[in-house]
Amino acid sequence: MLYLTPIGAVLATAIVGAIVFSLIGYDGIGAVREIFLTPLLNPLKWQDLAVKSAPLIIIAVGLSIGYRANVWNIGAEGQYVLGGLAATGVALLTRDFSGPWILPLMIVAGMLGGMAWAVVPAFLKTRLQVNEILTSLMLTYVAIQLLNYLVIGPWKDPMGFGFPQTRMFTADQMLPRIVPGTIVHLGAPIAIVVAIAAWFFMSRSVLGYQIKVVGAAPSAARYGGFSVNKTIWLALLTSGALAGLAGVLEAAGPFGRMVPSFPTNYGFTAIIVAFLGRLHPIGIIFAGLAMAVAVVGGEVAQTTIKLPVAAVGIFQAMMLFFLLASDVLVRYRVRLGTRRELEVAR
Amino acid sequence: MTILTRRTALKLGAAGFMLTIASQLALGQDGPLKIGFVNVGPKDDNGWTYGHWVAAQALEEEFGDAIEITFVESVPEGPDCERVLRELAQQGNKIIFATSFGFGDYVIKVAREFPDVIFEHATGYQRSENVGTYNARFHEGRAVMGTLAGHLSQTKNIGYIGSFPIPEVVMGINAFTLAARKINPEITVNVVWLSSWHDPAKEADAARALIDQGADIIVQHTDGPAALQVAEERGIIGGFGQGADMSAFAPKSHLSAIIDVWAPHYIQVIKDVQAGTWVSDDSWPGIAAGEVVIGPYNEKIPADVVAAAEAVKAGIVDGSVNPFTGPIVDNAGTERVPAGQTIDDAGLWAMDWYVEGVKA
Amino acid sequence: MNPDLLIPIIITLVGASTPILIAGLGELVVEKSGVLNLGVEGMMLIGAVVAFAVTYTTGNHWLAILCAALAATAASMIFAFLTLTLSASQVATGLALTIFGTGFSALFGQAYTGKPIAIFDSVFPDELENHPFWRVVFDHSPLVFFSLFMVVAVWWFLNKSRAGLILRAVGENDFSAHSIGYSVIKVRYAAVAFGGAMAGIAGSCFPLLLTPQWAERLTAGRGWIALALVVFAAWRPFRLLAGAYLFGLVMTIEVYTKASGSMGLFPSEFWAALPYLATIIVLVLISLRRSGNSAAPACLGKPFMPGQ
Repeated sequence: MLYLTPIGAVLATAIVGAIVFSLIGYDGIGAVREIFLTPLLNPLKWQDLAVKSAPLIIIAVGLSIGYRANVWNIGAEGQYVLGGLAATGVALLTRDFSGPWILPLMIVAGMLGGMAWAVVPAFLKTRLQVNEILTSLMLTYVAIQLLNYLVIGPWKDPMGFGFPQTRMFTADQMLPRIVPGTIVHLGAPIAIVVAIAAWFFMSRSVLGYQIKVVGAAPSAARYGGFSVNKTIWLALLTSGALAGLAGVLEAAGPFGRMVPSFPTNYGFTAIIVAFLGRLHPIGIIFAGLAMAVAVVGGEVAQTTIKLPVAAVGIFQAMMLFFLLASDVLVRYRVRLGTRRELEVAR
Repeated sequence: MTILTRRTALKLGAAGFMLTIASQLALGQDGPLKIGFVNVGPKDDNGWTYGHWVAAQALEEEFGDAIEITFVESVPEGPDCERVLRELAQQGNKIIFATSFGFGDYVIKVAREFPDVIFEHATGYQRSENVGTYNARFHEGRAVMGTLAGHLSQTKNIGYIGSFPIPEVVMGINAFTLAARKINPEITVNVVWLSSWHDPAKEADAARALIDQGADIIVQHTDGPAALQVAEERGIIGGFGQGADMSAFAPKSHLSAIIDVWAPHYIQVIKDVQAGTWVSDDSWPGIAAGEVVIGPYNEKIPADVVAAAEAVKAGIVDGSVNPFTGPIVDNAGTERVPAGQTIDDAGLWAMDWYVEGVKA
Repeated sequence: MNPDLLIPIIITLVGASTPILIAGLGELVVEKSGVLNLGVEGMMLIGAVVAFAVTYTTGNHWLAILCAALAATAASMIFAFLTLTLSASQVATGLALTIFGTGFSALFGQAYTGKPIAIFDSVFPDELENHPFWRVVFDHSPLVFFSLFMVVAVWWFLNKSRAGLILRAVGENDFSAHSIGYSVIKVRYAAVAFGGAMAGIAGSCFPLLLTPQWAERLTAGRGWIALALVVFAAWRPFRLLAGAYLFGLVMTIEVYTKASGSMGLFPSEFWAALPYLATIIVLVLISLRRSGNSAAPACLGKPFMPGQ
């Protein structure tokens, strides 16, 4: 049941979406076909799926670890931006150098950048019980303003005709393509590795177990000797680092430079992906692909049946609505168990 | 054309697309010439993108069934536009017009992968074998507008809302200011940068702020009439339409407009491609070629002012007036162009400085 | 800075602060009942597009505001059903609502892009409206006066009325309220509906007050500022008023420093980021004081599971 509901949510979205869009005058069947099927059936689009889903998967995996621990990191978009900025900073500094050490350095910088941005919510939550939803969210906007400032100001490309953008990254600073002749870059396999690593971590390690217990029954966790605070730090730093990783991979991959349009809402879409994947790393791989299908399909639909890009957002929201609604069928069993544990722990 | 004012047109478009594919397969022939447009804003922005939309419709009238147009709106300047460009090329479009500066890098990238597709990049500077650039000499229009402003402004304070400090925008500011100060050397132009081509809320705020600081004429280099609406609301002397005639939005304040007319260039490109004579080039015509049209003058403008503006326009057309004739001093006091000389095209593209009187 | 600018700045400031004040008041009531609705931005966009469409079609501003409120309330009911009846995660559902509102408004607004409408201007006589000094008070749309009235109304409701007491009880201790016999779910449904209506009205401020055009994402993230505002105000209506105007001031300064040519000491991006930084600082200050009565409603964000 747990694993059927996401599929059910996507199907329900497709059906309801087709009906609703037909009612308001668009080619409903066509919309659903282009959005959900064409990206899967058209081999030319597979590379786009890989490129679009990689950052979603990486961020969502990080978020899911946090959500399992009841730590609600909503600021992944800001951590993603900081990852990209950190990588750009390293790239600009190493512009005149060359060598295979530059890209790994950028990746590490990106992860540290994302982590750094998660430190504030972590610190405030553990020391002062400040709600991490708000702190992480506020920092997202600060991150975007920081990006604007750097790209319009100190980091602007002097050869860029005044346009707000940094210089293009050098060949050493860009992600290699792993499938020749396509745009599939290193980010795609990294995403798979991250998901599998997270799966092992959550299901096989003590820390992973600790995270789950802290999330499900904090009193029981304390009783068992697990440090809730350490877990919160771990959850936020991990999701920050992974969001930062996604940021580096996007900056050094598809973008190739830093521009004001760098924030593309991956951080928020990844939240949907995390839920759609049932907070399980392998589920997230599929959910990330499903979301990528919707986005890529939306672009195809824009050019073939002239569906406005806005429609994609509606489909995404519908998927999440249906999933959340179907949760109730599953949740009751889980919830009951939790309550008993809590009452016993008290 | 297969674009949407939606509803009915959509289904026809989808059916037409199918028919095209079917006919291609059945007859084994080329079918209509497929043309794609990639735009940074919506066709209803009443400004930049609207101008291309009007031109696209003119193409349909000119060529009818021989062509099939796909007009994609609101594509952000980033990797997303790369996907759209690639998608259009994959769908068999043989000519693709990318109508915004920020698409440049991606056009070059995608053009490499599709060497038999012709790309034209508006307001850009990067060319390759199958990528050409095109633009219009808007700064000629700015010179005419500046003449009007020079006569009409009473506070001698003019507000200018810019998007990004790229050469095209800088040229416009400078041409406008030079023309205005020729009439009244005390005029100052205050520039605010929005860092966006299309953000009506920010544009309105900027207009309000400039007016509150004493501007009685507002000029903008953005894609939309928001600034004009504020001008109308505040009752100042006025503003100008940008890219299109925006008098519907501000009947009292709309003094005149710079209207982009892209149709002649587009028609020429199609004809060249059909004849097989297209080569990558940098096309940059102005008022004389009919690509920049001065919009109707507001009734409230006195006849002698209109005459002055028309004289400048006529001068530009017959070559006797160049908007950038020396002596030109920049706003730091250095003389950039000696008396009697003008700035050539390369110099215009390298323009990263402002003339005297501009606060940017 | 030029002293003549003071009055125009105040008028612009009021315009910038009003939508976040209205949306903030709505969310304040919602959160007081224990529910966290992150979908404010989405509901505001729905309100904005509906208000624009109705004004364009009928020219009647009052009708437009009413329709905006109704549309946003309807959207909030999706949220309410998922979170209150089906006990779904409030965070996830709120975010989904924002994404939905963004997409819906963009889709719905397609037909209206680039069409002009009239501003919902002041209804006072022209002499008062244009008076060099008194325009500070009178050159405002009815929406502004509505917002100020609602501050008092919400304060009175929460602190002086029985219904308000029940709502607060539901937010502080839902189990106890439930055991006394109050329907926690019903109270929260009502609160969410109110929040939706206010968000819709706040959204209508954008096309009717600020930019008489439709463009996608017209609200430009102000919904998130409204959320921040509620916390900044420590869930108290009068503090919300002060906070809204403070945030509005910061937003106005950003534009004016750009326009006056002087970037000030700080780049404009700093001013743009300031409201968000300020919220974090205030959150810290609130937690440091820890006196208890300025803290968040105890049940904020937790689903209510009766029985068990």
